[in-house]
Amino acid sequence: MQRYIKSYWPVFVLPTMLAFAIGFLIPFVMGLYLSFCDFTTISNATFVGFANYVKAFADATSDFGHALWFTALFAAISTVLINLFGLAIALLLVRGFRGTNLFRTVFFMPNLIGGIVLGWLWQVILNGVLANYGVTLVTNEWYGFWGLMIVMLWQQAGYMMIIYISGLQSIPEELTEAAAIDGATGWQTLTRVKLPMIMPSITICTFLTLTNGFKLFDQNLALTNGMPSNRSQLLALNIYHTFYGRTGWAGAGQAKAVVFCLIVVGIALLQLRLTRSKEVQQ
Amino acid sequence: MKKILALLVVLTLALGMINIFAVAETTTAAGSVYYLNFKPEQATQWEELAKIYTEATGVPVTVVTAASGTYEDTLRSEMEKAEAPTLFQVNGPVGLATWKDYCLDLSDTALYANLKSDDFALIEDDQVLGIAYVIETYGIIYNKTLLEKYIATEGAVISSIDEINNFETFKAVAEDIQAKKDELGVLGAFTSAGMDSSSDWRFKTHLANLPIYYEYKADGITSTDAIKGTYLDNYKAIWDLYINNATCEPAMIGAKTGEDAASEFALGEAVFYQNGTWAYNDCLAEGLTDEDLGMMPIYIGVEGEETQGLCTGSENYWCINNKASEEDIAATEAFLEWVITSDEGRDMVANQMGFVTPFTTFDDGYAASNALLDDAAESIANGDVSVSWNFTTMPSETWKNNVGAALLEYAQGTGEWDAVVTAFVDGWATEAAAAAQ
Repeated sequence: MQRYIKSYWPVFVLPTMLAFAIGFLIPFVMGLYLSFCDFTTISNATFVGFANYVKAFADATSDFGHALWFTALFAAISTVLINLFGLAIALLLVRGFRGTNLFRTVFFMPNLIGGIVLGWLWQVILNGVLANYGVTLVTNEWYGFWGLMIVMLWQQAGYMMIIYISGLQSIPEELTEAAAIDGATGWQTLTRVKLPMIMPSITICTFLTLTNGFKLFDQNLALTNGMPSNRSQLLALNIYHTFYGRTGWAGAGQAKAVVFCLIVVGIALLQLRLTRSKEVQQ
Repeated sequence: MKKILALLVVLTLALGMINIFAVAETTTAAGSVYYLNFKPEQATQWEELAKIYTEATGVPVTVVTAASGTYEDTLRSEMEKAEAPTLFQVNGPVGLATWKDYCLDLSDTALYANLKSDDFALIEDDQVLGIAYVIETYGIIYNKTLLEKYIATEGAVISSIDEINNFETFKAVAEDIQAKKDELGVLGAFTSAGMDSSSDWRFKTHLANLPIYYEYKADGITSTDAIKGTYLDNYKAIWDLYINNATCEPAMIGAKTGEDAASEFALGEAVFYQNGTWAYNDCLAEGLTDEDLGMMPIYIGVEGEETQGLCTGSENYWCINNKASEEDIAATEAFLEWVITSDEGRDMVANQMGFVTPFTTFDDGYAASNALLDDAAESIANGDVSVSWNFTTMPSETWKNNVGAALLEYAQGTGEWDAVVTAFVDGWATEAAAAAQ
């Protein structure tokens, strides 16, 4: 087997590599290049050096700073809530009562709906509820903030639940049994045995939720479109508005996108280091 | 055995790739047309027209319609393709600034030869870069039946619809209707002034056109880098009237959509609805008929507005992609000529799509007609002065969005009117400077 993998590895790697290159690497490199260009379409670009970066960050009206801390706050809170929720459901659904599979499916299903559709659905629902109190999602930024939180929680908790379930199921029974024999309470078993054992799942889940929180776009666009006055605008939407908001500002939007990418990568790496260090070997 | 199997897998993969490239190669023939259409309302008619043309001439015509509000995004990505649109649209001088490198000079085309006036063309440096193909009109669409019903009530402030020819009277009528809404069986005088993105353009763009129009007129200019905001008090007066006499509370307009307003009007829940000729079909959706519909100018209280007409203009300019192959450009020019001169083309454009066009070829019996278009024509025939579409000179999308945001905040009580003035006046200067960078 080893021998075959050694000689035929390109066959296995190539399709994925190709898809990865087409869908990610090439656009990324092009995007990086375009941030140094003045362009209308990507093949009609002239190199302008750092002009776009200067333009983007000298623009006092762009609300980038506000969008940055608003996004950071959103990402932080949503990471905590989604993971707590996902883990809680996972713990309930590994108990093996009747209908667990049905519940798993139901909780997972919101993931199958695209972000923009989901945003519009929830806009109608949330505005319908809020109308009873004489306010709307855009009365101030916090309605939009928590509205977005509810949508993301609903959409992502199920996905994280699946990852946690697989983590929980891979814990050897001897460990939990030994803990029980030693007289550990449920809470002790959870915090001293189960959580350390599912640290790899926690690493993945926090990584996914944190980066999703930062990259959030569709739901933000559909739910509030940044209203009122760009105060519920997250970073990705801010970049979008810069890109399309003014003639000739596509490059400035692109420059922001590159900086945005650096921020997200930086934070994600930091998070990976922190949670990885807590992982234990069986 | 396994070696052969692996080889087969590789071959299949490789062949699959060849196939992908092969498909991309075969589609270019002697010339074809690809129209990226802006107006979803007329998408099916364009596709039908394309089919008729292809059947008659054998020239393939592809029509793709961008989803509402995504034309700019779609155009950007479509332009990147090997098979880029040969025919696309810009919305006016500001939109042209983005795309002028792609616009063919149309001065030698049949399209330009048959154009009634240069007012309908985008001309830069003696080059005709865009030609308007539909002239549209907006104002206050009103429900004639309900308005007559109001006039019949006791103490009505007017005795005939014609008496509404200034802001003063219009305001008195609207407020009286609002006061008598239960008696009239309506929810409000105006439809909801929704500030959702499907509706906010009616106010941040179309309504804002009026103070801009009057300022340009007073100053004798057609565009500017620094607006003064001379008529912003009038803008406030009409906006106050809209939001305080509507089907919903001012605080709720952030949640209202374009569909909400259209259906409120179509269901007879409101008397007035600011929109244009393109909304004709939406107005009739719930059983109203041509007899119920009328359109009157948007009065904002400027001196001498008694002779003000409806707002008429275009933000739909055809441009031919100069980066397309010569065959495709020729095919596109031929297609457009056919659209504005052949019987099938003219019938589809005037009668099915309901477009009023600026082309001389439509004069002999191919005039679009419906209740709203007829009111627009009548207003011009009466000698009213049409309000031109100056919103095409608004400096950027960001400007519109900021004005819209300030309008919303003012309406829901979380902001002051001063913020609208700032976004309008200071924002104009900032955005004009930013766009010029």
